[in-house]
Amino acid sequence: MPKMNLSHLEASLLFAVLCSVVLGIVTKKTDRERISYGLYCFGCFLAALFGLGWLMYFGHG
Amino acid sequence: MSKPNVGIAQWLPVVALAWLVPGAGHFLLKRTTRAALLFFCILICFLAGLMMRGALFSPQTGDLFTTVIYCGGFIGNLANGIFYLLTIWLGYSQPDVAGHVHDYGTKFLVGAGLMNVLAMVDVYELVTGRKT
Repeated sequence: MPKMNLSHLEASLLFAVLCSVVLGIVTKKTDRERISYGLYCFGCFLAALFGLGWLMYFGHG
Repeated sequence: MSKPNVGIAQWLPVVALAWLVPGAGHFLLKRTTRAALLFFCILICFLAGLMMRGALFSPQTGDLFTTVIYCGGFIGNLANGIFYLLTIWLGYSQPDVAGHVHDYGTKFLVGAGLMNVLAMVDVYELVTGRKT
């Protein structure tokens, strides 16, 4: 099996995409709601990713 | 929490199939697009975890923290169904080593299982009529 070396950002983005798709599929009833909820979840993942990233950057000093 | 409309004999086989093959429960209920999306999302997450050489958990007990991490991680891994079983049967054995890539791999392996748990809950709700 080939080895995959992803950076923090790449791994987090990959997980965010996959998780957003699954959350969109299993939580809503119509396709339109699923797509918008999936995009909303992805936005939340990005906000948390960059927000916590900057927080750790400033917290580290 | 209200009782399900259908008996355990009706929902258990479908939920068990959804555990064994991610997306198969939705496929059985004729939700083919959703089944395919779930299958590929969980498969990609699991394969990414393997390619990052993530470690698989085995249940360990001791203090509370150890028990929660190792037993919870094992349940998360086990929720991957056939992917986990095949990985074990084919002899995958990766020690838990330091490094962010291995660490992400371990989380991807557990994360894929947790996604399958969400899919199983969705299948259960569809079979019992709680969700249309």
